[in-house]
Amino acid sequence: MSEATLRLELPLSADEQRMLRAVVGSMIPASPEYGVPGADDESIFAEVLIVANAEASRVRQGLAQLDELAGGAFAALDLTARAAAAERLHECAPAVFMFLVGIAVRCYYRDDRVMESLGMERRPPFPRGFELEQGDWSLLDAVRERGPIYRKVP
Amino acid sequence: MQEPVDVLIIGAGASGAAIAWSLAETRMRILCLEQGDWVRSTDYPSNGRDWESRQLTDFSYNPNVRRAAADYPINDQDSAISVANFNGVGGGTILYAGHFPRLHPSDFRVRSLDGVADDWPIDYATLEPYYAENDRMMGIASLAGDPAYPAKPSVLPPIPLGKTGETLGRAFNEKGWHWWPSDSAIATQDYEGRAKCINLGHCIAGCAQGAKASVDVTYWADALRARVELRTRCRVREVTVDPTTGLANGAIYYDPTGAECFQPAEVVILACNGVGTPRILLNSKSQSFPNGLANSSGLVGKNLMFHPYATVSAYFDEPLDGYRGPHISVWSQQFYETDASRGFLRGYTFQCNRGTGPVMNAYSGMRTGRIPWGADHHRAYRRTFNGLSSIAVICEDLPEEHNAVTLDPVLKDGNGIPAPKIDYRLSENTRRMGEHAIARAKELYETAGAYDVHSDFPSPWAGWHLMGTARMGNDPSRSVVNEWCRSHDVKNLFIVDGSVFVTSGGVNPTSTIQAIALYAADNIKKRLSNLFD
Repeated sequence: MSEATLRLELPLSADEQRMLRAVVGSMIPASPEYGVPGADDESIFAEVLIVANAEASRVRQGLAQLDELAGGAFAALDLTARAAAAERLHECAPAVFMFLVGIAVRCYYRDDRVMESLGMERRPPFPRGFELEQGDWSLLDAVRERGPIYRKVP
Repeated sequence: MQEPVDVLIIGAGASGAAIAWSLAETRMRILCLEQGDWVRSTDYPSNGRDWESRQLTDFSYNPNVRRAAADYPINDQDSAISVANFNGVGGGTILYAGHFPRLHPSDFRVRSLDGVADDWPIDYATLEPYYAENDRMMGIASLAGDPAYPAKPSVLPPIPLGKTGETLGRAFNEKGWHWWPSDSAIATQDYEGRAKCINLGHCIAGCAQGAKASVDVTYWADALRARVELRTRCRVREVTVDPTTGLANGAIYYDPTGAECFQPAEVVILACNGVGTPRILLNSKSQSFPNGLANSSGLVGKNLMFHPYATVSAYFDEPLDGYRGPHISVWSQQFYETDASRGFLRGYTFQCNRGTGPVMNAYSGMRTGRIPWGADHHRAYRRTFNGLSSIAVICEDLPEEHNAVTLDPVLKDGNGIPAPKIDYRLSENTRRMGEHAIARAKELYETAGAYDVHSDFPSPWAGWHLMGTARMGNDPSRSVVNEWCRSHDVKNLFIVDGSVFVTSGGVNPTSTIQAIALYAADNIKKRLSNLFD
């Protein structure tokens, strides 16, 4: 399918958006313990929707498959039952499961609040980069002592 | 019709760039046609907050996911492994990790030493000066004295061990196994106009710093200064032949507007790697070559070798390097050379990788079931974050004719050119090798104190290395090009990419691909007066 075709896809309906929000919110719920929002947080879900609408057909199919595994009422289940339905999806359709996971984690783990809670700075890698320790180069002395290991060719 | 050129190179990736640069000193008129475009360093994902996200979309290494205008679709439904590539100036070097080992001397003599596959018509000593020249051009970071290789010089200081290399290094030492900092196509100091690495941690989606040696910032910078012409967004459909002489006389391509053009040339060089090159040859059918160009042996597209990867990952309680630093760190070639008591022939490399950023930590953790969906997600995530280590096992893949690139009867690219189809399955030797490697990697992680070890084999996404589909050899009935990369059938047609590999070795191929391109260039330069004899 071409990108041009994708752009013409129908965006998710209001019902589908509600279902998607229930899915990502149960996948990564808010945590008072760690002080982080859930993936159904308003600003995070706005990002999720942008990503999801770009591939609405696949999202629609994934949601339908998950809903079917949940007995047709995913949104009505408690969190434990939702996780069980997701586990069944992981087992029987891993690519679909990872597609839905990908949509959620791509948006969730770049949120300022989430990055800060992980001890990260709120910035992309470039241009400041990161520090990396050299490590202990003397560890290689033992490798040197064992001598050459490549096979000699006549 | 375009103005004729002396040399037409098809493909601006690792090998096309190297041979363009080397031939430039001849002052011949050299043109390179590249189906993709330049990638600006400001467009690389690590410039933005969505740097990891784009690895799943427009900077995916799977062309069937990326689906950019420069990409062609690949039917991989009958392959255990999907092709990974990039189409643009720089080719696969735009998205590679920069792991830069050479083949070993034994790799060129597998028939003589182990009774399998075929010997190469050249040897390590033949390529050694070209490996060295390529290391200088690419600015390779390494530590001299690796006991797994004959002595080789170091151009730049090695990449840091970091916590990952140090932790695994201690475990390797405890096991008494070889390890060494990886030769890396990453500038650890400012080098030839490239700024030094600042540990962006995202080499495999392009280096915004320009520290990674993708050939757009190495060879092409010099080749363009030497007046080589590079025409982008020009996709070649076929190489054409003069029916009266049997020589190649140019190529038909589609320009950026989609118009069909003919480019006449005295010499044609294919540099599109192990899938792109056979695709063009098989699409180049004529009355003289009804089965595709240079295919009298019937071996064009056959013997595809991928290097089936095993991926073994584990977590450590102590934080390692996480998202900081080059993805690669150290390698081990303890199990590289044949030991028949292991139950398989030939061997493999451990490419030890650092961790990932926050998105990919969640993605890989949830894929392997180690980070759950639901209430326990955050606790599991935080235990794993910055604690991930992985080992990519690069298994030697032996040539088998049933592993092949053919033309798909239905699938076509945006210009209507038939797309490639891949048929590939693992051999029993490779399967045993992979199982051995996974068991050794698990031992290593146990020694290192890691927990929750997970393995994939073969890693279905890891078809980075594309080799063997237009092999070199002295016998025209068993090979496509001769020992200096000239087609047996068409005496002004050369192939200089991974297609010409006779066997794969158990290492990443880019260093050898480029050494072969430089070696082929030198042979062309030495024989200019009688090149077509």
